[in-house]
Amino acid sequence: MMAEAGLAALWLAAAMALLQLVGGLTLLRGGAGQLTPLIKPAAIVQGALCVFSFFALMWLFYVTDLSVLLVANNSHVDKPLVFKLAGTWGNHEGSMLLWVAVLSLSGAAIALLEKRIDIRSLHTTLAVQAFVALGFFAFLLFASNPFERMSPAPITGAGLNPLLQDIGLAFHPPTLYMGYVGLSVAFSFAVGAMLTGQVGPAFARAMRPWVLGAWIFLTLGITAGSYWAYYELGWGGWWFWDPVENASLMPWLAATALLHSVSVLATRNALRAWTVMLALVGFAMSMAGTFLVRSGILTSVHAFAVDPERGAFILALMLLYTGLAFVLFALRIGTVKQGEPFQIVSREGGIVANNIFLSVILAIVLIGTLYPLAAEAMGDKISVGPPYFNKATAPIALLLMLALLLGPILRWRRDDIGRYKYWLVGFFAIILWTGVGAWRLAPGIGVLPVAGLALSLALAVAAWLPLKGRKLLRTPLPVYGMVIAHFGLAVSVFGMASESGFSKETLSALAPGESAKVAGWEVKLDDVNPVVGDNWVAIEGDIVATREGTRATLHPQSRQFFDPVQQTSEAALLTRWDGQLYAVIAQPEGAGDGRWQVRLWWKPFVTFIWYGGMLVALGGLIALFGRMLRRGKKPAKNKWSDA
Amino acid sequence: MKPKHQRLVLAIIAFVALIGAGFIAAAALREEASYFYTPTTLAKAQVAPGQAIRLGGMVQPGSIVRAADGVSISFTVQDRDAAQKVAYRGITPDLFVEGSGVVADGRMRPDGVFIADSLLAKHDENYVPKELADIDMTAAEHTKDTIAK
Repeated sequence: MMAEAGLAALWLAAAMALLQLVGGLTLLRGGAGQLTPLIKPAAIVQGALCVFSFFALMWLFYVTDLSVLLVANNSHVDKPLVFKLAGTWGNHEGSMLLWVAVLSLSGAAIALLEKRIDIRSLHTTLAVQAFVALGFFAFLLFASNPFERMSPAPITGAGLNPLLQDIGLAFHPPTLYMGYVGLSVAFSFAVGAMLTGQVGPAFARAMRPWVLGAWIFLTLGITAGSYWAYYELGWGGWWFWDPVENASLMPWLAATALLHSVSVLATRNALRAWTVMLALVGFAMSMAGTFLVRSGILTSVHAFAVDPERGAFILALMLLYTGLAFVLFALRIGTVKQGEPFQIVSREGGIVANNIFLSVILAIVLIGTLYPLAAEAMGDKISVGPPYFNKATAPIALLLMLALLLGPILRWRRDDIGRYKYWLVGFFAIILWTGVGAWRLAPGIGVLPVAGLALSLALAVAAWLPLKGRKLLRTPLPVYGMVIAHFGLAVSVFGMASESGFSKETLSALAPGESAKVAGWEVKLDDVNPVVGDNWVAIEGDIVATREGTRATLHPQSRQFFDPVQQTSEAALLTRWDGQLYAVIAQPEGAGDGRWQVRLWWKPFVTFIWYGGMLVALGGLIALFGRMLRRGKKPAKNKWSDA
Repeated sequence: MKPKHQRLVLAIIAFVALIGAGFIAAAALREEASYFYTPTTLAKAQVAPGQAIRLGGMVQPGSIVRAADGVSISFTVQDRDAAQKVAYRGITPDLFVEGSGVVADGRMRPDGVFIADSLLAKHDENYVPKELADIDMTAAEHTKDTIAK
């Protein structure tokens, strides 16, 4: 019954989207249209129906209704409850339903909350949002129905990939989707503004909180996903340049660029065409990411099933929407007026540099991600891995950080670099001092980690400069937000550089009672015991780690899951202020001499990577909060505020 | 600068930057993209030692040899027509067993042994490394039969 109700809700939601679209079209054709007043309520009802449909599916997973094909294929009666629930989106159809639900909810949120843009633009934006949703409704209903029944119902269900049976699954995908799909709002705003000819500061001010919100979720989602991969995969790495990771990084890069340029448009009325372009690219990247992840053309723990038909469907949707949007851009951008001029050395100039560097990184990541697919289409099997991405993107990222040292304190419109010569000398001193220090500490360490360390320390200082000379209590919250986000970036890069430059690793075969050494730690394998969980058994190592008189124990496991049968290793982590000790245990196949393979890493300051990511998101949150507070009030008076 | 020029200049800067990105990517790809080989194609190709490549095939039954240090292994990867000796130091992936598929990232040593930096094995029914899924499984089955005989 619940499955049918969920499916019916999806059909109804699609009908609502159609209603919005038709209403929007009549409006654009100049008709007064009796449908126009229905657009807003339809958007809200559409959102509510999608939420209902999503919770219907969740209910089916909660009761483990095995007569539903999706539940039978991806769940199991013995699975812990939290994974039953999170398993709702731990599969292809469910995750696409979540995607569509977030898309619809974004539309409903615009209809409910957006009060700043004129009603015509609002209606057009909602119609565009509905147009996008309609395609994905069609995908769900015709190619990827999550509510399909199966008969006869199986008795237990096939289970969920053990790698996904982790609390990370409960948070990582929904967060990421909010960010991913939240960018659809920026897309709809941009397309709507082009259609109505309203590209200007008012449009930018309306769009800004939505971009900020989506970007916060993306930042959190990527940070959480990185930490999840780090502790769950047991390979000791925190970023693998897996195509699926890239699929989340690319929208983030575009959203970060957009976030900066939309501020220029909102406050200085410059970079109009540029901002519209970035809004289109942002959501295009979200759809490209969805295509990469959900089409089955990639191998990954994220790609659930290989079904070429679905891949073609998503590809067609992506090409349709981005194609139409770019054609519209080409046709209409001539009608968008020039923005205000500025000199190269100016805040605007700094933000252009930010946008350029981010776009270049985005292009490099995109090329590296798509190249193997293109090569395969031509019959060559090629893989592009971390060496390519690190080598090609890291130098650009460092240039970006260099620009970030001064960018935020430059004046709008025009500035003189000579005013900052003391600061420049100071930054240069920090960079030189750190660089030489790092070389002496670890000779032979790569150029990139040294440069990363040096720049992150300089940025950790520079990030606070925008507060200089301000009355701290009267400084607007968005300025604090910016400072914290930039400082967070410095913290994160410090962690990355330190981890990649100074990590120590040992791999040894230990019998109980034997010990190994890694970076000042004495690590002893005390004992190995069997342990039992809900749907797995494991062998667990008792490892005692000592450093300078302090002791701690770690319990890495090698787990054997039953349904489906699969082995995973659960790493054990020991966190200290200056880094993490990471331990993995395994029993070598057929070795049988009583020794266990123990792999140990000491990763100095590795936690800074994720603390930094959280600080960046926190900065965004503070800025968003600040904008909400000022929402009721009139924007600061300047000559564009009436636009 | 006149406003009209400003838009033009920005467009040119963006264009040049993207071309630059293309060049950086192309240069890095030339050096770092690693090609996929099976033992058969590897035997025919002239791969310079040290060049990053991937090797995929089946772990030959009976070929896994563990070194005394407990962490190094060597084994042979084969397809229907050829075989390649592989050395690896590290924890082998779950489901890395004789007679099943494996993809190894690494490089050739001058003495003709493939040094694997990482191994990728079949994970479960729903997760098969793409290269393994594409390998002609009838060929692999055929190999199995031949060995059984």
